[in-house]
Amino acid sequence: MAKRVVITGLGVCAPNGVGISSFTEAMAIGKSGIRFHSQLKDLKFGCQIAAEPLVKDNLVSQYFTPLQRRGLNASGLVYGVIAGVDAWENANIPINYDADPEWDNGVIFGTGILGVDKFRESIHLVDNYNVRRLGSTTVSQTMASGISAYLGGRLGCGNQVTTNSSACATGTEAILMGYDRIASGKAKRILTGSCSDSGPYVWGGFDAMRILPRSYNDNPTKASRPMSASAAGFVPGSGAGALVLESLESAEQRGATIYAEVLGGAVNSGGQRGTGSMTAPNNAAVQRCIQDAVVSAKIKPSDIDLINGHLTATTKDATEIENWTQALGRTGIDFPLVNSFKGMFGHCLAASGSIESVAAVLQFKEDQVFGNVNCEDLHPEIEKLIHPSRVPLETIAYMPQIIAKASFGFGDVNACVIFKRFS
Amino acid sequence: MIDNNRYESLRAIIKIYLPEDVKASDINEDSHFINELNINSAHLVDIVLDVEDAFDIRLENEDMDQMQTVKDALQIIDSKVSAK
Repeated sequence: MAKRVVITGLGVCAPNGVGISSFTEAMAIGKSGIRFHSQLKDLKFGCQIAAEPLVKDNLVSQYFTPLQRRGLNASGLVYGVIAGVDAWENANIPINYDADPEWDNGVIFGTGILGVDKFRESIHLVDNYNVRRLGSTTVSQTMASGISAYLGGRLGCGNQVTTNSSACATGTEAILMGYDRIASGKAKRILTGSCSDSGPYVWGGFDAMRILPRSYNDNPTKASRPMSASAAGFVPGSGAGALVLESLESAEQRGATIYAEVLGGAVNSGGQRGTGSMTAPNNAAVQRCIQDAVVSAKIKPSDIDLINGHLTATTKDATEIENWTQALGRTGIDFPLVNSFKGMFGHCLAASGSIESVAAVLQFKEDQVFGNVNCEDLHPEIEKLIHPSRVPLETIAYMPQIIAKASFGFGDVNACVIFKRFS
Repeated sequence: MIDNNRYESLRAIIKIYLPEDVKASDINEDSHFINELNINSAHLVDIVLDVEDAFDIRLENEDMDQMQTVKDALQIIDSKVSAK
């Protein structure tokens, strides 16, 4: 008998809000975290806007010791530690300072690439025959699992401590990996989430592919337009989201606040066959992933009353909506409410699934559905599939019962998780 | 004979790398970096880099191997500085 799994802690370091309270407020009012970046202009990027969390030095000093701050140059690591430690504290789980680790607690915290700026620094030293000057933290700041290693050490976790990586599906996949481990009884509490670095060296490859908007450099808050007819590409972002997953048993024993239940979910790949490629999803696989998630959650497609899509603000958004309609067998006015948060904080890449899942779950707590920013001109192809009332333009009062959240990534990989209001 | 300025500069460098259960006042000339001050051996690398910057000298691998105690470090610094 699989254990029931609930969410007992949330933390976030997002472009439009650092910390759960400011993030919740930002989401409710549709506040944008997208800004002009002069560095991108100086480097002659086509897209000179980005969504990056505003993290002040005095905040960093609350999460890192003076020794850890020396030579610290890994933005994703900073975001991930802030979000992860916040989520743990939010769950009210004591940080373990014993000599022995807490064997039932683990960390599954993903990233796409970590410590890019630190790596660049190292490359310059190495190329200048100065490898001896790299210092002792170059490895831990640039290894992908640096983020789970920092968090695992900070919290004293003795269960699985690892980092997953599946491009833009990373964050959602991490939640499902944590869910599986707790459901199967191998752990009681797992800090799940993901982070993504900021900066030109992360975002440059996407600019080169010409999939970022280039005509909004003087109008950044309007640039990210999921599901709209004028969607012009995704705005690159960064940050971290974190969710503490816990067995219902353990949460009830501790008297923990429960934000939601994780009913199940699915991950798969389209194998880069059919419509799938390195950069485009195989539609059959996307639909199968959503359907497998519904089966895993032991619900009917009609039980879902809110979808938080991947919906990055490219011309592919209509295809994603079509995949949802096909997978769930629901169209028009019968389609669930649907939102994309990328209108506010762009596409945070490896961090997108976790930041968006944090926001998705907050909708249960707030009894709200957060609005779709910059979607006044719903794409006509989407309007053919679903009723416009299904795409709220502003935050509405509504008590969602079951939310389906999906993320899709380069490599033709998919992840879909099902969250349920806990009562 | 110990150069007090150098000793104080070195203490200031070492202080940053002390674990929580060791106080700066525990540092003395005879302190062994790893066995007594409980400094993580990985951080000895960083102490060497900080010493290089502070005294504008360069330490070789063999210097690092010899640098077991605070006094060892001071002797190496003295010889490098006077050889400049």
